[in-house]
Amino acid sequence: MSYAARLALPVALLAIWQIVTSIGWVEPFLMPSPLRVAETLYQLIASGQLLRHVGASFLRVSQGFSIAATTAFAIGLAMAVFPPVTRLADLLIQVLKPIPPIAWIPLAILWFGIGEQAKVFIIVLGAFFPILVSTVEALRQVDRRFVELARVLEVGRGDFVRKILIPSALPQIMTGLRLGFAYSWMCVVAAELIAASKGLGYLIMDGRELSQVDLVLAGMLTLGVVGKLSDDGLRVVERRLIRWRTTFAGY
Amino acid sequence: MSAPVDLRHVSKSFLGPGGIDTTVLTDVSLAVPSGGVTCIIGASGCGKSTLLRIIGGLERDYSGEASVGGRPIVGAGLDRGLVFQDHRLVPWMTVADNVAFALHRLSPTERRARVEAQLDLVGLTTSADAYPDQLSGGMAQRVALARALSHDPQVLLLDEPFGALDALTRLRMQDEVLRLRAARNVTMIVVTHDIEEAIYLGDQVVVLSDRPGRVVARMEVELPRPRDRADPVFVALRREIHHRFFTHH
Ligand SMILES: Nc1ncnc2c1ncn2[C@@H]1O[C@H](COP(=O)(O)OP(=O)(O)OP(=O)(O)O)[C@@H](O)[C@H]1O
Ligand SMILES: [Mg+2]
Repeated sequence: MSYAARLALPVALLAIWQIVTSIGWVEPFLMPSPLRVAETLYQLIASGQLLRHVGASFLRVSQGFSIAATTAFAIGLAMAVFPPVTRLADLLIQVLKPIPPIAWIPLAILWFGIGEQAKVFIIVLGAFFPILVSTVEALRQVDRRFVELARVLEVGRGDFVRKILIPSALPQIMTGLRLGFAYSWMCVVAAELIAASKGLGYLIMDGRELSQVDLVLAGMLTLGVVGKLSDDGLRVVERRLIRWRTTFAGY
Repeated sequence: MSAPVDLRHVSKSFLGPGGIDTTVLTDVSLAVPSGGVTCIIGASGCGKSTLLRIIGGLERDYSGEASVGGRPIVGAGLDRGLVFQDHRLVPWMTVADNVAFALHRLSPTERRARVEAQLDLVGLTTSADAYPDQLSGGMAQRVALARALSHDPQVLLLDEPFGALDALTRLRMQDEVLRLRAARNVTMIVVTHDIEEAIYLGDQVVVLSDRPGRVVARMEVELPRPRDRADPVFVALRREIHHRFFTHH
């Protein structure tokens, strides 16, 4: 699809938004016009504030996400390769998994104070389970035929894991990683809404407290754009890793 | 010397749905002479693949005795090469890596050289870096052959290796297999449901009955190679097998 076609819907929405606000259908303090939001965004960018907030959130997200991704992958792999690990960990995981990361915030503040650690902790919790679950699922679904092939060729466990198990699970693991990354952003905002002095969540909360809805919207918009861009980044990584697969692009 | 593959009174049943045992093979005895090609034919579902999987060490719970090279079969192993009914190339490995996958016992330098030699043997040097999805069916099956032969097995087991190929490619692949057999002097067991293919390839042809499969005939084919499919002896043999075993009155 051409770029123009992809832009059509967002542009149309912006236009409607502009019209609705400029003819006075909605109160500006409830919903400022997109031009007003754009102006605020411009000021935030020009003053370097936006970069500071995005940078703070991004740093927390990348720390939390990396910790979550590496531990979830390692534990998931151990669970798939050594069944006793699954028996040991399964019940605990099933009980911890449904607890929303936000419910951990009080405990996180109690344990780590309102500093960086608490926020990273929440992100780790939020990203860990989607990555773990998709990793374990993906590894378990390895094609039996290739397991059989490895047996026929007397391939050792290390080679089997590296050359059959992980590559076969990679597409689904990447989906889990992207999901975990999206969760990381949700968690960082949630944590920053509650206690922070910088970050996009803080920016949004600040806007609300100052009754500056344009600031709130500018923060939300930035979140959307940053989230999309980072997902794009992960997609590029995914395509590099999974070159052999031709993806389905519509019927 | 003992026969490379020796089966004595082998029977096999699977636990079907509802806990009912289905017997797939009954009392199969078979001695495969060294260096020759043994073809096994039988109707679909008669247990050909199961028989080959027993020899390959992939099926465990059978009764009777099965040995390879004089030693009882305890599992799968590199002394047997296996070409599956599907080519079973690993989709995320290139052609070269697929072959190399079987060569984990060699040093990297030896491995590279062997991969090259194997691809050269089947005429696919130029496709070394291609992925399996980019190959034709015949090419994929040739890579599978190269892989199965790469580790110098004593016995090569082929399960309807050309079942999915078109008729012309199939004929070419049959000659390819015979050429590889001569080049490597390996004992071959070929499962097929094509009588003509069995006679064209086999030094002996073993006929299995409908399920549960048992050996109903074993015939030596003494025609000189390359064989002529229109040769009267060939045609007569084909007709005989067809009439005796695959015509239902
Ligand atoms: N793992 C299994 N569990 C249960 N039944 C099985 C299993 N494998 C094979 N069977 C059954 O054993 C019978 C023989 O199967 P097999 O694959 O050996 O047949 P075949 O002669 O190779 O057939 P075809 O020519 O169609 O490949 C079939 O009825 C099949 O349903
Ligand atoms: Mg079969």
